[in-house]
Amino acid sequence: MSNRISVICITGTREKLQMGAMVASVGAATGADVTVFLSMNALPYFVKDSTEVAPSEGEMGRVMDAEPGVPDYKELFQQAVELGDAKILPCPMVMDVLKLSKDDLMDEVGPVTGLTKFLSDAEGSQVFTF
Amino acid sequence: MSEKLVDARDTYCPGPLMELITHMKKAEVGDVLELLSTDEGTVNDVPEWVDKIGHEMVSSEEADGVWHLKIRKMK
Repeated sequence: MSNRISVICITGTREKLQMGAMVASVGAATGADVTVFLSMNALPYFVKDSTEVAPSEGEMGRVMDAEPGVPDYKELFQQAVELGDAKILPCPMVMDVLKLSKDDLMDEVGPVTGLTKFLSDAEGSQVFTF
Repeated sequence: MSEKLVDARDTYCPGPLMELITHMKKAEVGDVLELLSTDEGTVNDVPEWVDKIGHEMVSSEEADGVWHLKIRKMK
């Protein structure tokens, strides 16, 4: 049975998005079946062409922002999809509240997936929440 | 079959691994990729990935703070 990883991103800070992106990209590249569920404050950072940078929680985020050698979390999520067939699923509740449609989000994100389907898919997988 | 250099020096985890995978996708079976990394985690992470995917570690050496890992694409 293949390894399955579920990453739940709900926090809109640099550190948590970075860690979620790292788990998703490395997991997907290593052959795991990766599903990322985006909700709450994390989702707005996946709006297409948005240049808004997630604020730091602490010192680590500020140091990472200044270090060009740290991979960009958006690129890592894209690599998770391109290199490892990860799925990045936006939460319909947040999309309704923010009046977003699927076309407003990065191309790698979708389809819009409700909690019922996500929970069913996540059953029995490793779950990481950021 | 050819040898290719993947220079991922000065990128941090998981940058070197992702660089390697990107180049590995474009390489042909039998090609050897030499990954340069200054990230110490690479020394354990890359062989773990190589083993899981089924490629072959050819060598792993450190010189002046730079790790040189050679990997042969097997499939």
